[in-house]
Amino acid sequence: MDVINLVQARDPSFIQDVESESGQHVASCYQCGNCTAGCPAGFAYDMQAHQIMRGVQLGLKDQVLGAKSLWMCLSCSTCSQRCPNNIDVAAVMETLRHMARREGRVAVPRVNKFWLSFLDTVRYCGRTYELGVMALYMLRSLRVFTDVDLAPQALAKRKLDLIPHGAPDGGAEAVGRIVERYKKRCEREGVRP
Amino acid sequence: MKFAYYPGCSSTGTSADYEKSTRAVCRALGVQLEDIPGWNCCGSTPAHAVDTELSAALCARNLDIAARLGAEKLLTPCPSCLSNLRHAAHRMEDPAFRSRVNELLDEPCAETFPQTYSVMQALGDVFDTDLIAQRAGQKLKGLKLAPYYGCLMSRPAEIMRFGDPENPTLMENLLAACGAEVLDFPLKTDCCGASHGIPERSVTARLSGRILQMAQTMNADALVVACPLCQMNLDLRQRQAAKAAGTEFNIPVLYFTQVMGLAFGLSPRELGFEKLCVSPQPLLDKLAAARRTDASDRKVNS
Ligand code: SF4
Ligand code: SF4
Repeated sequence: MDVINLVQARDPSFIQDVESESGQHVASCYQCGNCTAGCPAGFAYDMQAHQIMRGVQLGLKDQVLGAKSLWMCLSCSTCSQRCPNNIDVAAVMETLRHMARREGRVAVPRVNKFWLSFLDTVRYCGRTYELGVMALYMLRSLRVFTDVDLAPQALAKRKLDLIPHGAPDGGAEAVGRIVERYKKRCEREGVRP
Repeated sequence: MKFAYYPGCSSTGTSADYEKSTRAVCRALGVQLEDIPGWNCCGSTPAHAVDTELSAALCARNLDIAARLGAEKLLTPCPSCLSNLRHAAHRMEDPAFRSRVNELLDEPCAETFPQTYSVMQALGDVFDTDLIAQRAGQKLKGLKLAPYYGCLMSRPAEIMRFGDPENPTLMENLLAACGAEVLDFPLKTDCCGASHGIPERSVTARLSGRILQMAQTMNADALVVACPLCQMNLDLRQRQAAKAAGTEFNIPVLYFTQVMGLAFGLSPRELGFEKLCVSPQPLLDKLAAARRTDASDRKVNS
């Protein structure tokens, strides 16, 4: 981590916002580092879980919402399980992801693009469609499919459906309407879907 | 016995073998699964990572259908679906949250939802292990199995209520009742790399690699799993994990229902074994050899 000027960089309302949105008492973190010790994704983090918690306490909004870690987190809840102060650290990470997205700050765009591709297939089919997710993800990320080595096996074992299975009995349409309403509401409320 | 059933999206593709073996084992135990009509995707990780209310709305539609069927319990084989359905039901207890979610639905959803359980939990609750042991005519003697739950099945503890969140033992009990030798697998609730397989392949390869390495060190004949995503990361992506670790793995990754089905005397075909990427043949051969020795021992003794 770089040296931070605490006088200039602090946003005192940040901890309140994070606490009320996540329902977690971040102030009670005493920096024992248990969350970080058990975090399986820590090796890919730029700020470790306990550093993120400290950053929230200190109001280092800019730095925390810009952390790659938010997007590398696997939501495995090991941190929450092991926190001696019963802070649901995984829930805090999730809240920070939501806040970062709303502010248009996505430090690892490819993870976000993957998620959006997944949700697109759900929106149109009502259910996940794996090949569709991959195609959309390739388009979004301009990355040639990184898993070409898996394709022969996946296809031979019929692991991938070649045509989407939409949710029957009006399910696909109902999901389309849910996503539509969600997007409209985001627009109304001025947040990024 | 009858339960409402939510198969989850992977049931038609990547985990069709889990689906097939779940239904086969339930049939063998006299458990009826009634699919909830027109079910939709629970939203999985992407929905909750993007927005909690959107995720809850996708789940609530399914819970609502199950409630309208009059179901008391809703089962799903997938821990990720289970986690999302349970989180949604839990959050919907807050009236403000509920009304935000209802705004997204065609009409407000039912006031109360059926309780949601994993298939594994339901089998463990309904049948005591003696009964499973009785039903398991074809004992799995000689098989050394490493039970692996993954990270979602037991955490967060208050929501998942699955015994000790870092040391669940239900799968061990079920596998032992089937006569297998069950390893005390230290990484049983570690994360496999989850949905980062596509965008952040190196993370998944490294985490799955650790699990496979441990299973190999412990001489497991197979890893036994309960989650479609874990199964895919450990089986279909096994070569990627081996490459990242600079080694080779050859560890079959079976669903617990496939293992139970074998013990119940069902054929590998009925259990979808042909879908497995890493061949389970060595394990099947070992089992057949153990059964032959057993049979000839019995002849000698009689
Ligand atoms: S939930 Fe995220 S931060 Fe917590 S241990 Fe898992 S990967 Fe690390
Ligand atoms: S485990 Fe809890 S108290 Fe310890 S550093 Fe992490 S959040 Fe803070």
